[in-house]
Amino acid sequence: MNFTGYDTEGFYDELFDADGQPRPGADLLVKRINALPDSELQRRQQAAEKALLNLGITFNVYSDDAQTEKIFPFDIVPRIIQAREWQNIEIGLKQRIRALNLFIDDVYHDQKVLKDGIVPADLVLSAEGFRKPCIGLNPPCGVWCHVTGTDLVRGGDGEYYVLEDNLRCPSGVSYVLENRQIMKRTFPLVFDACSVQPVTDYPIRLLDMLQEMAPSGVRSPVCVVWTPGIYNSAYFEHSYLAQQMGVQLVEGSDLVVHRGEVMMRTTKGLERVDVIYRRIDDDFIDPKVFRADSMLGVPGLMAAYSKGRVALANAPGSGVADDKAVYAYVPEIIKYYLQEDPIINNVPTYACWREDERKYVLENLDKLVVKAVNESGGYGMLIGPHASAAEREEFRRRIIAKPRIYIAQPTLSLSRVPVLMGDHFEGRHVDLRPYILCGDDNIYVMPGGLTRVALKKGSLVVNSSQGGGSKDTWVINSLEGPSPESPLQEQKKEQDQNQMQEDAPC
Amino acid sequence: MLSRVANSIYWLNRYIERAENVARFISANYNMTLDLPEDASDQWQPLINTTGDHELFKKLYGEATRDNAIRFLIFDRRNTNSIYSCVRAARENARSIREYISSEMWEQLNTFYLMVNAASEETVMDLPHQFSAEIMNASHAFIGITDATMNHGEGWHFGRMGRMLERADKTTRLLDVKYFILLPSVDYVGSPYDNILWGALLRSASAFEMYRKQYGRIAPRNIANFLLLDRNFPRAVHYSLAAAMKSLNEISGGQSDSYSNKAQQTLGRLLAEFQFASLEEIFDYGLHEYLDVTQTRINQVGESIYEVFFRTKLES
Repeated sequence: MNFTGYDTEGFYDELFDADGQPRPGADLLVKRINALPDSELQRRQQAAEKALLNLGITFNVYSDDAQTEKIFPFDIVPRIIQAREWQNIEIGLKQRIRALNLFIDDVYHDQKVLKDGIVPADLVLSAEGFRKPCIGLNPPCGVWCHVTGTDLVRGGDGEYYVLEDNLRCPSGVSYVLENRQIMKRTFPLVFDACSVQPVTDYPIRLLDMLQEMAPSGVRSPVCVVWTPGIYNSAYFEHSYLAQQMGVQLVEGSDLVVHRGEVMMRTTKGLERVDVIYRRIDDDFIDPKVFRADSMLGVPGLMAAYSKGRVALANAPGSGVADDKAVYAYVPEIIKYYLQEDPIINNVPTYACWREDERKYVLENLDKLVVKAVNESGGYGMLIGPHASAAEREEFRRRIIAKPRIYIAQPTLSLSRVPVLMGDHFEGRHVDLRPYILCGDDNIYVMPGGLTRVALKKGSLVVNSSQGGGSKDTWVINSLEGPSPESPLQEQKKEQDQNQMQEDAPC
Repeated sequence: MLSRVANSIYWLNRYIERAENVARFISANYNMTLDLPEDASDQWQPLINTTGDHELFKKLYGEATRDNAIRFLIFDRRNTNSIYSCVRAARENARSIREYISSEMWEQLNTFYLMVNAASEETVMDLPHQFSAEIMNASHAFIGITDATMNHGEGWHFGRMGRMLERADKTTRLLDVKYFILLPSVDYVGSPYDNILWGALLRSASAFEMYRKQYGRIAPRNIANFLLLDRNFPRAVHYSLAAAMKSLNEISGGQSDSYSNKAQQTLGRLLAEFQFASLEEIFDYGLHEYLDVTQTRINQVGESIYEVFFRTKLES
């Protein structure tokens, strides 16, 4: 089993350069895999899959009578990112989330950004994620969006772009943590030698952040994770995070508002809750304020929240900045609030509500990706070059009927990674979702994040609901791999080198 | 702890214990019928009667045979008390409190479920005894893992209470299997055949060796005494109720000689009955009738636990 014959086919490959040589930092991994005996890699892949199945990290296949459960497909060849490259991404993501938080706060208060004409007011006020009841609310420390999972892609030019800001309830971080566990078991030696930046402290950081948000005067705040229940596709993650943080996992029926406080029902009566990490949409949290038919919500929650009796992460209303139409304006939003140029760019975006751009979109449907602004998960989307004439015609009609809800982007040539396919490797397209925690005065960006892989040959859709899988992402400090003869000794040398490099002034 | 979580951990333990006991029923009945003479050997209806699900069975299958009885008790998804259904329900409960129990407990339950789900009917029909042994092992492993990896706090006590109440109920039913088995003629009572049946029953309760150490000879009265009233045998009804009571007292935080809620009162009375019962009275009353009444009272304990701890209290 080795990489001989692996062809990057002209795409930007994350592991190999255009000449087929391992990229800096990837040497060690490539050499290790090449040196494995026949079928050893497949054996490790199978062992990893078995471990995931036994851990119950699965999703249900609903169409299937036998109630089969499948694991979220996982590929054991990690994606590697150089620490130096990562540094830039980290700064860029911090910049972006700072600006977006200022934007959300402004939208629900003075609306200066609308008055100054930076973003069209009607666009924001008609956005799917805009919540009128949130006007005038003051979340703790002015932070609205505490947990973010920004989707990044790398184009054929080798540059990273922001594809989407997921500001509501981004999921997937549990896969990062579990994948990392599995990888440590699968490639312990290479892992050690590469000095991979850790991600396992995420739950601790998340809990610290939640505790910081507690209403003032609360000494040891009670934090909970709120899940819609076991039938939610991200249920595993909700329970996993609660378990790792050591806090209660609650459902709506466990909570009740009593004398203005949010309480949970326990075997010993009612107990007060101070901070809720909610993994449930705005629409469903309080039937008195949002959707009245919500069976999952807690009546009176928003009243308690607006009086500052309980903190919610993310703050209701944050989704306004997560609208794909608003996305098109994020570069301007960054300049407006921070007087800085964006460090990570948007994918060029055509707004169908602007007449000239719509004209361009309609003329170039075969080259563009069209997205409905209020859809996610890979739904409501046209990939022009892969679509049939009839599908393109359908989208043409929809765009003309409702230009406000469509944007279009050039079809990116997403970067690829080698994926184990039977007895050989094939290239598959990937994106990257790092997770960001935004606390009172510090922002944490998880080094790496979730690499999602479009497992279907040639596909650009990485969503798990549409045949996507995942990989571990290693942000590594090493620059060059050692020679393969004696891995153990080489690793030691490698680590010494790292130390020297770290000590040296940059 | 959350009422919902307490409810789930209580039920998940009951379901695992139930699955284990259904396996014990099957193995008991199987062993007995193998030893009976040809003309009396196909007795599966008595087993179905013991489980209490005979009406559903009749609707689904009609007459009981070895094959359909085993299928009904192990695989049938329409039977909420089949081994498959129990293990699945246990796992669903565990899934909803995954963050509360230890990862090791979850992994054992999940592997348990995957094992039952993957079992092929053909193989199991061929070797039901072996499959039953696997079920018992998996259940024992779960209990051991629970003891070794979870805090012995409130949640653990809810779990143990559920398991012990379920076990008390099922041991009474296991004793009843013998009651329902029809011997070819009354002459067989007290014959070597009868001894063989009682022996098989003890083995199915993992009680054979412990019983022998204590009493030596196989004698029906001693066996009933052992399975009902023994203080030290962990599957005896008395032992199980006493263990459930200990957990209930830990949860309620009261004294052992009084009660602070309805659940303590109901279980305390039932336990007292077993503390002061005599075998003579039980046999005078009729063993089967006594078992029947005990089952009803255990159900009442279950209801009061639900009332006191799990029912959603809107105001408090």
